[in-house]
Amino acid sequence: MAIMKVFSSRILSRITVPGARSMSSWWRSVNPAAKDPILGVTEAFLADPSPDKVNVGVGAYRDDNGKPVVLECVREAERRIAGNLNMEYLPMGGSLNMVQETLKLAYGENSELIKDKRIAAVQSLSGTGACRLFADFQKRFCPDSQIYIPVPTWANHHNIWRDAQVPQRTYHYYLPETRGLDFAALMDDVKNAPNGSFFLLHACAHNPTGVDPTEEQWQEISYQFKVKGHFAFFDMAYQGFASGDPEKDARSIRIFLEDGHLIGISQSYAKNMGLYGQRVGCLSVLCEDEKQAIAVKSQLQQLARPMYSNPPVHGALIVSTILGDPDLKKLWLKEVKGMADRIIGMRTALRANVEKLGSTSSWRHITDQQIGMFCYSGLTPEQVDRLTNEFRIYMTRNGRISMAGVTTGNVGYLANAIHEVTKSA
Amino acid sequence: MNKACSGQISARDVSERKEMNCGIHGVSFSSSATPSERRLSALARHLISPTESCSCSASGVSASITSSDVGSVFSHVARAPEDPILGVTVAYNKDSSPVKLNLGVGAYRTEEGKPLVLNVVRKAEQQLVNNRSRVKEYLPIVGLAEFNKLSAKLIFGVDSPCIRDNRVTTVQCLSGTGSLRVGGEFLTRHYHQRIIYIPVPTWGNHPKVFTLAGLSVKSYRYYDPITRGLDFKGLVEDLDSAPSGAIVLLHACAHNPTGVDPSIQQWEQIRQMIRSKGLLPFFDSAYQGFASGNLDKDAQSVRMFVADGGECIVAQSFAKNMGLYGERVGALSIVCKTADVAGKVESQLKLVIRPMYSNPPIHGASIVAAILRDRTLYDEWTIELKAMADRIISMRHQLFNALRDRDTPGDWSHIIKQIGMFTFTGLNVRQVSFMTREYHIYMTADGRISMAGLSSSTVSHLADAIHAAVTHVA
Repeated sequence: MAIMKVFSSRILSRITVPGARSMSSWWRSVNPAAKDPILGVTEAFLADPSPDKVNVGVGAYRDDNGKPVVLECVREAERRIAGNLNMEYLPMGGSLNMVQETLKLAYGENSELIKDKRIAAVQSLSGTGACRLFADFQKRFCPDSQIYIPVPTWANHHNIWRDAQVPQRTYHYYLPETRGLDFAALMDDVKNAPNGSFFLLHACAHNPTGVDPTEEQWQEISYQFKVKGHFAFFDMAYQGFASGDPEKDARSIRIFLEDGHLIGISQSYAKNMGLYGQRVGCLSVLCEDEKQAIAVKSQLQQLARPMYSNPPVHGALIVSTILGDPDLKKLWLKEVKGMADRIIGMRTALRANVEKLGSTSSWRHITDQQIGMFCYSGLTPEQVDRLTNEFRIYMTRNGRISMAGVTTGNVGYLANAIHEVTKSA
Repeated sequence: MNKACSGQISARDVSERKEMNCGIHGVSFSSSATPSERRLSALARHLISPTESCSCSASGVSASITSSDVGSVFSHVARAPEDPILGVTVAYNKDSSPVKLNLGVGAYRTEEGKPLVLNVVRKAEQQLVNNRSRVKEYLPIVGLAEFNKLSAKLIFGVDSPCIRDNRVTTVQCLSGTGSLRVGGEFLTRHYHQRIIYIPVPTWGNHPKVFTLAGLSVKSYRYYDPITRGLDFKGLVEDLDSAPSGAIVLLHACAHNPTGVDPSIQQWEQIRQMIRSKGLLPFFDSAYQGFASGNLDKDAQSVRMFVADGGECIVAQSFAKNMGLYGERVGALSIVCKTADVAGKVESQLKLVIRPMYSNPPIHGASIVAAILRDRTLYDEWTIELKAMADRIISMRHQLFNALRDRDTPGDWSHIIKQIGMFTFTGLNVRQVSFMTREYHIYMTADGRISMAGLSSSTVSHLADAIHAAVTHVA
């Protein structure tokens, strides 16, 4: 055995091999990729040594001290989980328990659709994973379809459907003149799209604009979708975060369900349960009957298996622990409302502060037309650059402000900076 | 004329889109039309010129169509077959027999047949829970930095030249599967050769992962059913005829499903051939520490390919060796020629990951980092790991002895020669079926059994089943 040891160490120390050293890298021609526009903002913020810096970039909630928050209900759930459960593989479709609870949030606590088992649903890697799984599924089973995406939208939506190789089209959404919804143009686009087109809709708290259709507008959109036979795919990443009431925030989806649409939904617990890094979400597709739901679910699993095999268990356990316990669920609802209320309060404060400085621009949109974590300020990229370079305020160049990053401590400073860069405009 | 059916697209596009979306001929893709109705309408379409038939104006078409008339756009979706590996556990769970035995999925079980959470993992978990300052924010796209560094050191060795020279990029991924998929997607986009060679047999999910990543899958001979060992000659011939630059998937140790690994001398020959032909090695390391019980020994194959100065790719999983299965912890490493290249490669990996799941899950990686960074926990881990590996080796010997005691016909020495979690028994599909039916033994149809699912108390039952299968079923 000693001989074997010597032999093998000789082999490892030998470095002469025809070709290895003299070959150049396979990757010499790989170009450096551009930084992610959203996540790159936080990187830049972290690298800034200034004591006055403000991060209103990434949509991650902060308390009034600017600190990230772990919800109490989550801490309690983790206490219960640690040391008590094993870490075996989940099924490919994820935790059944967690998926069931999650469907109730979207479709309704006593939804007949859930009882009739008409919903094909799998646990997903947060909202991104749900959208990607759906895009891959759409490509595989409706290969000639394309996706209509609102302008603007979360930048990663474009990447997701592109990587799934589903061609993209856009539809009108935001009207810069009013900083509100361009409803007429939106409806035109819906009518002009070929029958049976696939549309991506933000269920509530549109990202990045914060502009949502009213209930009446949703009714009209739903009706027109019926006329055209369009497929509605809802991205719901902020349920609870918009108004503070999850039921209210799901209204757009409920309208479509009442009208009989067979929809798809991406749900995320990143923001409303503060589970960002756990990557917990759910993809659901409403089918005609249980048999179809079983078939669709099995095919979704076939797409998940060669991507990650099965989803992570920890985040799912937190969700099912909380939603499965009436007291913890109540606590969660209270904490979600608390977060939403703080944001609504900051909207009011920001608008008041900027108006107090004598700004001639209109800032009504901050409180009256936009909702949720983001405010589409209307600032130009150049103005945003000035905010960053002169005031150390970090945000994405489309003028999107994450209200979650605004505190009573920095709202005055932020208002002043915004006024400074816009007063000459 | 409908905007979507404007002049730029081809006549074929138009007619297909009509069938999909316009429902002009009364058949939309989503309706409940019969196959023959669809065929007739497809025929009709070909007889009509594209320009005159595309009149999907809203008012003209479907005021009468409501969602209740239009069925699901996915009504044609057929139910997919059960995953062959995970499906075994599904079948096992349905069985009510008290003597049933699950030797399907490669998840470790204790002597009592229970899943095991390592003591060091429990300790790390407690640390995480007790640390109130910990938050659950998004990780960076490439994952937890400390985890990435420690994972690289684990597989490449603390003093590895690629780490010292800062020319390896390591990104956290979703266990082994996720690492393989992200690596495959990167290769499809940035590598000049789209062909990957995978061994026969290999883990059932490998071909799907690489195909969906956009690579073209070919195979090389690996297992010799006659010797139940390595078909080295076939391996060399097949890799020798591979086109220059082709990617080669290598199991770092404890080959799944056969348990057959090349000897160190054979690894050296494989390395020389791969380098001289300019092939790109892609390692799947899912069992480091599990094969021999020694982490460094199980990483030797990988380290040889770093020591020679060349490039390689490594997918690492912590599912088995840390028992973190469901937490989905793994890492993809790409060893490059220079630090500069490694930086650019990393930036491109981010573009693959962001539209797939944005950033990886934090919990499992935090546990791994907590263990690997702490000398005491690390040492405890190596002891627990060796205990798991030793129990499996002991099961191999017990099974071998049990078959010998029964005078079961055939040579069963491969049971103790093969290494890692699995034994490729050599039993055929009919024999496996028989064992499931008559003895409630659950295993994959290729004759693979997970030794981790065995215990001293169940070895006889399995030996009886094998004996019966071999003597009664051809």
